[in-house]
Amino acid sequence: MIPLTINGKTYRVDVSPDTPLLWVLRDHLGISGTKFGCGAGLCGACTVHVDGRAEFSCQLPAGDARGKKIVTIEGIPHDHPVKQAWIIEEVPQCGYCQPGQILRAAALLAEHPSPTDLQIDEGMSPSLCRCGAYPRIRKAVRRAAGERGGRK
Amino acid sequence: MSGKAHEPEFACLTRRDLLKAGVALGGGLVLGFHLPFPGAAEGSAGKEAVFAPNAFLRIGSDGTVTMVIGKSEMGQGVYTSLPMILAEELMCDWKKVRVQSAPVDPAYNHTLFGAQVTGGSTSVRTEWERLSKAGATAREMLVAAAAREWKVDPKGCRAENGRVTGSGGKSLPYGKLAAKAAKLPVPKDAPLKSPGKPVLLGKRVPRLDTPAKVAGTAVFGIDVRLPGMRTALVARPPVFGGRVARLDAAKAKAVPGVKDVVQVPSGVAVIATDFWSAKKGREALEVAWEDGEGMTLSTAGLRERYAALAATMGMVARKEGDVEAALTKAAKRLSAVYEVPYLAHAPMEPENCVVDLRADRCEIWTGTQMQTGDRDAAARVAGLNKEQVTLHTPFLGGGFGRRGNPAADFVAETVHVAKAAGGAGPVRVVWTREDDIKGGFYRPMWYSKVDAGLDAEGALSAWRHTIVGQSILAGTPFGAGIGKDGIDGTSVEGAKDLPYAVPNLLVDLHSPKVPVPVLWWRSVGHSHTAFVVECFLDEAARAAGKDPVAFRLPLMSGHPRSKGALELAARKAGWGTPPPKGRGRGIAVAESFGSFVAQVAEVEAQADGRIRVCRVVCAIDCGKIVNPDTIEAQMESGIVFGLTAALHGQITFARGRVEQGNFDDYPLLRLDETPEIEVHIVESGEKPGGVGEPGVPPVAPAVANALFDASGIRLRTLPMTPEALISARKRA
Repeated sequence: MIPLTINGKTYRVDVSPDTPLLWVLRDHLGISGTKFGCGAGLCGACTVHVDGRAEFSCQLPAGDARGKKIVTIEGIPHDHPVKQAWIIEEVPQCGYCQPGQILRAAALLAEHPSPTDLQIDEGMSPSLCRCGAYPRIRKAVRRAAGERGGRK
Repeated sequence: MSGKAHEPEFACLTRRDLLKAGVALGGGLVLGFHLPFPGAAEGSAGKEAVFAPNAFLRIGSDGTVTMVIGKSEMGQGVYTSLPMILAEELMCDWKKVRVQSAPVDPAYNHTLFGAQVTGGSTSVRTEWERLSKAGATAREMLVAAAAREWKVDPKGCRAENGRVTGSGGKSLPYGKLAAKAAKLPVPKDAPLKSPGKPVLLGKRVPRLDTPAKVAGTAVFGIDVRLPGMRTALVARPPVFGGRVARLDAAKAKAVPGVKDVVQVPSGVAVIATDFWSAKKGREALEVAWEDGEGMTLSTAGLRERYAALAATMGMVARKEGDVEAALTKAAKRLSAVYEVPYLAHAPMEPENCVVDLRADRCEIWTGTQMQTGDRDAAARVAGLNKEQVTLHTPFLGGGFGRRGNPAADFVAETVHVAKAAGGAGPVRVVWTREDDIKGGFYRPMWYSKVDAGLDAEGALSAWRHTIVGQSILAGTPFGAGIGKDGIDGTSVEGAKDLPYAVPNLLVDLHSPKVPVPVLWWRSVGHSHTAFVVECFLDEAARAAGKDPVAFRLPLMSGHPRSKGALELAARKAGWGTPPPKGRGRGIAVAESFGSFVAQVAEVEAQADGRIRVCRVVCAIDCGKIVNPDTIEAQMESGIVFGLTAALHGQITFARGRVEQGNFDDYPLLRLDETPEIEVHIVESGEKPGGVGEPGVPPVAPAVANALFDASGIRLRTLPMTPEALISARKRA
């Protein structure tokens, strides 16, 4: 049994410790906002917060997630500036990558409350969007930063 | 704007539910019609729909308007644009609109394709009239119900924002009128509103699916979970057409969580309790494959074969004047070869399908663009009647054509797995990214040989375009799209109908058979023809010593809307003024799917060989507009999708094997490579055109033309990689 702290709640899961956190969330706990895109840490669809940092949950074995604070899209409040900015800027198209994008943006803004354009570009680039919502992701990150008392 | 105010529900409505409720989908009315929303959406269960005038609308006694949408939502915005069309005529309260995905039923068949299909950028174009009428019919019945209630002439009543208002301040909400309207006859020709003052159409209405997609609660196919559901991964042959020669499943079966290993026509399925166990089980499989006919296939060999074909005359797609004579007579003659590779669609949600197969029925959940074909394929595999198969369409995590496969590959395969597993309960098959990238159904590889002639005045006197590439339609139920001349229209679209008047013109086609499964890929034939036509036209303009815009305009009098888009894009991009230092500027235009799109790209050719696309200015004329924000989003989307193909994408073969497998060797454009994008929409009262695909075709040629402007280097093969630019520099 591996104890995992997800969105403030503790779960005990009976999985082999090499099972990636992504599949623990999706298949064992039914927390399915976190998406499978590549299984190789290349696309960012599976991004979650691990102790406040954006991490690929497809690359994190459940055994290594023990004792860490995990936050998924379900754990980001509706009134979070990033979610609100995503709604106002109408970011999602198919929407599949967006939970990962939102978590990455939230982690980026926690580290850089007023990010430069370069920091946004570099910070958000690990997350792929096949629909090409990138221009709106840029705008939404800027908007979310502004609402946190950033430069805009 | 707060995102909280309006959070629509999404649910799958099944045919069974409709039949249970006794709804005649063709237009009957049902009293006390009850909608059980199986599984998906909480909160809507038990809501009473009392008025169902047609297949598309249900109105509840609480005023809730449920719109049943037969098109698949894959990012293009149909779950907002189609409800807007309905609501515009229904005059309902937009805040009370809910969306359900439709069951498989002829009532939702594509008005042109005769089956339930989402594709070809046709949803708004083909549904506009039908949904407007559906909305108007319901509105007229609600007005008639109010008039009857008040014992007045309906002509004195009007509908607005979900209420009917009569003289003397009388007013009733739709919810109160619904049950009464349900008892009235359905009018045959309910008049449409005068187009003067639209309430919704043309406005930036927020997408109905945005809140669920931001919350992470939107249900995609891969999110569907049924009690007792198993997960299967399928090991497929490394060469298309290959077969299992020898199988030892002992080690796979010993992996904890693995429940079964079964052979299916497409390969070997490892069935487990969950994805990770199935994946480990698949890795433990010992399979020897017998390679199929594709075993000798190589990209280099295929290019040679195509080049040899291009040197011969193909099937004639269009012929004007005498191109050979004009080329011989030309004052200046240009020749070039353009090539584009196979491409995978790579939607972010890998292919997947859930099947619950029982003795007398089969229930399917999958993100599909082709419900009827998938349902029919499932019935054939399961040995059931079509009526015994139910198919639910959740959200699609991208489609781009991959989820509209006449071969029904991922659906049929899952039914095979469920059948082979024999009553083991619901099974889902999930593809890994490697399965997706290596799994075929690619945009075909294309080889184009082009020749042009300029007369003494520098005018374009001859144009010859020989196209070589596989037919997408051949062997599919859409084979009727191949003409008597043997020409698959999707192979030559954009080339045979190029928007330029040339007195001597020849477009011919070779459609070789190659053992690689191909499929429509966002913008289909235009994804290669616009690259060739627009780049080669740029070459002709340069050879004539003319500005690429000035060279095009006089040739475009027969294509005024393309011309208008070209002029708008040029003006907005500052064409004619020098670009910012270090950048080159290029332009391209393409007519596709009923719309007209021009783009200007500004690029830098960097020292390390990378092409940085700094800015793209896009102009679109798509006729009448539903939602300008959706149009802008689709242009941005098409440009990013097209840039991936322009700069990165290629599927190649060696010894019959696909050489790419994931986003490391099949990279997609990332945010830090994304240009500034501006979209300008032409004001137009013309009939609506598509927007999902038309943003793609012009971007690759605009970038290639801009690269030439910046560097003097002409890259005629996609993708335009740093290696290609560096080696072209060495040759220059």
